[in-house]
Amino acid sequence: MESARKPLSVFKNLSAKIASVPMILTALVVFVGGTAWTVLHSFTGSRLLPKLKFVGFDQYERLWSTRRWLVSIENLAIYGVCSLILTLSIGFFLAALLDRKIRGEAVFRTIFLYPFALSFVVTGLAWQWILNPDFGIQNTVRSLGWQSFTFDPLNNPDIVIFGILIAGLWQGTGLIMVIMLAGLRGIDEDIWKATRVDGIPTWKTYIRVIIPMMRPVFITALVLIASGIIKLYDLVVAQTNGGPGIASEVPAKYVINYMFRAQNLGQGFAASTMMLVSVIIILVPWAYLEFGGKKRD
Amino acid sequence: MKAIRKTLIATSTLCAATSVAAADLEVTHWWTSGGEAAAVSELAKAFDDTEHNWVDGAIAGSGGTARPIIISRILGGDPMGATQLNHGRQAEELIEAGLLTDLTELAEQEGWRDIVNPPSLLDACTYEGRIYCAPVNIHSAQWLWLSHSAYEQAGLDVPANWAEFVTAAPKLEEAGIVPLAMGQQGWQQNLAFGTLQIAIAGVDAWRKVLVDKDAEVAAGPEYAKVFQAAADARELARSSNVQDWNLATNMVITGKAGGQIMGDWAQGEFQIAGQVAGTDYTCLPGLGVNEILDTGGDAFYFPVIEDDDIKAAQLELASLIVSPKVQVAFNLKKGSLPVRGDIDLSTANDCMQKGLQILAKGNVLPSGDMNLSADTQTQIEDLMAEFWTSDMSAADAQERYASIVASAD
Repeated sequence: MESARKPLSVFKNLSAKIASVPMILTALVVFVGGTAWTVLHSFTGSRLLPKLKFVGFDQYERLWSTRRWLVSIENLAIYGVCSLILTLSIGFFLAALLDRKIRGEAVFRTIFLYPFALSFVVTGLAWQWILNPDFGIQNTVRSLGWQSFTFDPLNNPDIVIFGILIAGLWQGTGLIMVIMLAGLRGIDEDIWKATRVDGIPTWKTYIRVIIPMMRPVFITALVLIASGIIKLYDLVVAQTNGGPGIASEVPAKYVINYMFRAQNLGQGFAASTMMLVSVIIILVPWAYLEFGGKKRD
Repeated sequence: MKAIRKTLIATSTLCAATSVAAADLEVTHWWTSGGEAAAVSELAKAFDDTEHNWVDGAIAGSGGTARPIIISRILGGDPMGATQLNHGRQAEELIEAGLLTDLTELAEQEGWRDIVNPPSLLDACTYEGRIYCAPVNIHSAQWLWLSHSAYEQAGLDVPANWAEFVTAAPKLEEAGIVPLAMGQQGWQQNLAFGTLQIAIAGVDAWRKVLVDKDAEVAAGPEYAKVFQAAADARELARSSNVQDWNLATNMVITGKAGGQIMGDWAQGEFQIAGQVAGTDYTCLPGLGVNEILDTGGDAFYFPVIEDDDIKAAQLELASLIVSPKVQVAFNLKKGSLPVRGDIDLSTANDCMQKGLQILAKGNVLPSGDMNLSADTQTQIEDLMAEFWTSDMSAADAQERYASIVASAD
C-alpha cells in the first residue's frame, strides 16, 4: 500500500509541475549556473575573454587594495543606510498622513507616486540640473537675495553621495508610500476603535499597535528598497558619472567598467562576487530568523 | 571556445546571407564631434564611389563608451563590416580568438610596410607577424592649445612653453580667465598628465616607466617633478567645470580659458570655428619643451564575416583607407596626421605642418594604447580622476602611480 501510493504523489498536480519546469530550469541554469560560472571565473586572470587560467585570490587582493572599490563600498553603505531609513520613515509618514482621511487624497497620492513613473536616467538628469549651482537651486536662492547661499552637492566630493540620495529618495519614496498605505488600509477599523476606547494617543497607536501589525508590508518594502540599493547604477551614471573624480562611484559601476572598459573580466567578476557575498551576509541571518522562526510555531 | 566560434561564424553567415545588397558595409566609429564628423564623411564619400555602400554606425560618446559596444557586438556574433579602434593592445584578444580578418595579403600586395610612416603604426596592427588593421591617422596627445584673445585681454604675450604658461597664469586669473581648461573626465586628465610626463621627466624616464614598466623610476625624483607640475596644473584648472573635451576646447576658442592640453584632434574644432592657427590660436607640440609626439591614432579592424561580397568590400575599404587621396582628404578635415609620408600636405595649416615636421624628423614615441593594456590604463585614469578633483598630495599620487606601474602587464 505504502509503496503504491508514493509514485502517485509525483503525479499529483502534474500540470502545475510541468508548467513550472521552465522557471525551475531558468532559475537553475541562468541564476545558479550563471552565478557559479561568475564565481569560478573570478579566480582566473581572464581579460577580454573568459579563460580558465587560475590565479588564486589575486583578483580579490587587488580589488580590496583599490581605492576606487573602497570608495564605492563606502558610498553604497552611506547611500544604503540613509536610503533604507529615510525611505521607510518618509514613506510611512506620508502614508499615515494620507490615511487620516484627508481631502483630495487621490491627488496627493498621484503627486507622490508620480516620480516613480520616471526612469532613473531621467531622474538623474533632472536632478543634475536642479542641483547645478549655475542654474539650479543655488542660483534661484541667490537671485532672491541670499548671495552667500551655497548648495552644490554634485560638485563637492565630500557630500556628492547625498546629492544622489536626494534624487533616489524623490524617485523611490512614492512607491513605498503606496505599499504602506495599502498596509494601513488592511488594518481592521475595530482596532482603531478599541485603542480610542482605551484612550491611547494616535501616535502611540501607530508605533505600538499598527506598525507591528504591518510586519509583512514592511518586509515587502524592505526587500524592494534593498534590491534598489544594491543595483544602484543608472542613477549615478546619469547624475554624476561617478564624479567629481571618483567620489560618487558605486560597486555596480566598478563591475561594469572593469568588465567592459578595462577589458578585465576577472576583476569585474571578483567585484560582482563580493557584491553577492555582501547580499548573502545580510540575507542569511534574516532568512534564518524569518523561516527558522516559523517552524517553531 | 571552438564551439562558440563556430556558432558565431554560423550566425554571422546567416546574417550576411539574408542581407540583399551584400556590399552594404556597416562601419562603426566614435567620430561625432564637428571636425571628426566632417572627416568621416570624406571617407564615406570615397567608399560610396566604389560599387559598395557605406552604412554609418556612429556611436556617440568617447571611445570609452563606444569600445565596449563594438567589442561586445563582435564577441556576441553580430559583427559590423568594419570598425574603428585605437590600434594597440585593445584588440589583442579578439585577434587571438580569430574574430578579426587577416589583412596581410593586401598589405603585402600594396606594400604597406614601405609606405606607412612611422613604421611603429603598422607594428601596432601586427600580431604574431600578421597584419590585422589598416591605420587611418596619427594622433598625438602632446599639444598645448593657447587662445590669443585670452592673452590679449590680460595684456600678455602668448607663452612659448609650459614654464611661461604657468608664470602667466596669475595675470589671466586676475582678468577673470581660467588659465587651463580641463574637461572633468579621467581620460582627459590622464592625457594632460601623460603630456606633462614627457615634457618634464624627459623621454628617457618616460620610456623606462611606460615601455619597461620600471616602478623605481616612477617613484623617483624625475617623476616627483611631474607630479608636482600636475598638482600645479590642477590649481590652474580649478574653476574649469566642463565635462567633454570639445567644451573645454570651446573655452579656449572663445577666450574664456588661456589654454588646454589636448590631442591634435582639438584642431578640427578650431578649424570649424573659423579660427586660423598663428593668429587666433597657437599650438605648442610637447608643451613647447620637448618637441616629440606619440603616435597613437585610429585604425580600422575588419571582423571575420563569411560572405564573399562583404569580404571584398572589407578589403576594398582597407585599401581605400591607406590610399593617398583619402589620407589627404580625411586628415585635413580631422586635423590629424596622415599615416604615410609620401603625400603632399602643403595645404595643411600651421599646426599640422609643425606635426609633420616632427614626424619627418622621427621624433616619435609609441602611444599609451600601445604600451599599456586597457586594464592598466583604466587604473591610471581612475587615479588621475581622483587626483585632479581632490586635494591628494603629489607624493601620495606618485606612490600609487608607482604601484600601478609595478603591477602593469
